[in-house]
Amino acid sequence: MVFLRTALLVLRKDVAIEVRSREILYTTLFFAVSCVLIFSFAFVREGAPPQEAAADVAAGILWIAVAFSGTLALGRTFERERYGETLKALLLAPAPRPAIYVGKLLGMVLLMTVAELVLVPMVALLFQAALFARPLLVSALLFAGTVGFAAVGTLFAAMLIRARTRDVMLPILLYPITIPVIIAGVRGTSALLTVPPDEAMATMWLGVLTSFDVVFVTLALWTFEPLMTE
Amino acid sequence: MRKLFLPLTIVTAALFAYAPIAIANAPYESTMLLIQKIFYFHVPAWIAMYSALFVCGIASAIYLFKGRVEADRVAVAAGEIAVLFGLIGLVTGPLWGRKAWGVWWQWDARLTTALLLELILIAYLMVRKYGGPGSEKLAAGVALFGMVDSVFVYKSVDWWRTVHPKTSVVTSLGETAPAMMPAFALCAVAFVLLMTLLLMLRVKLAQQQATLNDMYLADEE
Repeated sequence: MVFLRTALLVLRKDVAIEVRSREILYTTLFFAVSCVLIFSFAFVREGAPPQEAAADVAAGILWIAVAFSGTLALGRTFERERYGETLKALLLAPAPRPAIYVGKLLGMVLLMTVAELVLVPMVALLFQAALFARPLLVSALLFAGTVGFAAVGTLFAAMLIRARTRDVMLPILLYPITIPVIIAGVRGTSALLTVPPDEAMATMWLGVLTSFDVVFVTLALWTFEPLMTE
Repeated sequence: MRKLFLPLTIVTAALFAYAPIAIANAPYESTMLLIQKIFYFHVPAWIAMYSALFVCGIASAIYLFKGRVEADRVAVAAGEIAVLFGLIGLVTGPLWGRKAWGVWWQWDARLTTALLLELILIAYLMVRKYGGPGSEKLAAGVALFGMVDSVFVYKSVDWWRTVHPKTSVVTSLGETAPAMMPAFALCAVAFVLLMTLLLMLRVKLAQQQATLNDMYLADEE
């Protein structure tokens, strides 16, 4: 119970700060939108989205925008903690450390979900992708992918707080390790966007994402304590 | 360990000296002929790379949870060696692919995963080098995550349809081509021994570096 309450308290603290300033939310959203726009300039030809491999392009752009803006949000969230030296204070608190990790993770997932709420309609609109035809499967894929990405990202961003080169190290470490998430997310979403939608394929990739989540959340809970001890 | 070093070196040298003869004497593969021979160095290099990767990951876990400095030295040594053998695999692979598939690079799962593992390992070395003070612990976390991730990446070959010869080619070699087995086993043993030797040398170097650092510190005080 203490565990759950601590996690929710950390989450409430992060949400309260974010609601007051909205700094990370707005910058992340703007970045995600510009990401999609940049890809549009690469793929849209003669005023129309690409006809061949349209499903792959839409799914790929969506997931790349999620991953890139997620990295930005991770970096900013922990930079704020570092600047105020508040993470040190959090770790000094007489609370189970894995609970602090879970709280930060929930905050990240929430932030990325809000970004996805903007990204999904935008990609659906700009690339005429049928993202709303299977709302349950698409949101399950996005949620599982977000949890996997944020699970690894939160741990790495938290431990990089001590490193001098944290800005550049976060993407360097995060992208190679979360590539299975990107592959599964893109393949799964793209399977749903083809005509007719391949639900069996999407469910299989959802399984991959879920097992990734289970393994990496467990691993992060297990290593958070020794990794954050100086 | 030190007593083992010389005999191991001699055995490894003998194996590598005999390897070309064994490979030359092994039968030709019916469709790929001479090209297939690169397989005798390509696959053992990956075996050595995966062994080094797992040594690195497990040593990192020991360092992380038990705080043993020796384990950290083994981890950094294994990390560097894994990058080295991975590089051998990444160079020999396209050489074979150019002849067998007609292209240097094919985006199949196994190739992609190999490249990704190499990236994770290089990222590990980068954290160690540029992470600043306290980066050993950071790097240990990365190695542990990388090791677990490698299972995900490796398994993806079964989930994805590929043009790469399946892993089962190696495991079923005993039944499909018994004549190729001795040369292949010889090369595999030679590469794993070479990996062990390099690991021992590199760990010794790390120990000497640590001793030297301690001496400098003692001198300053």
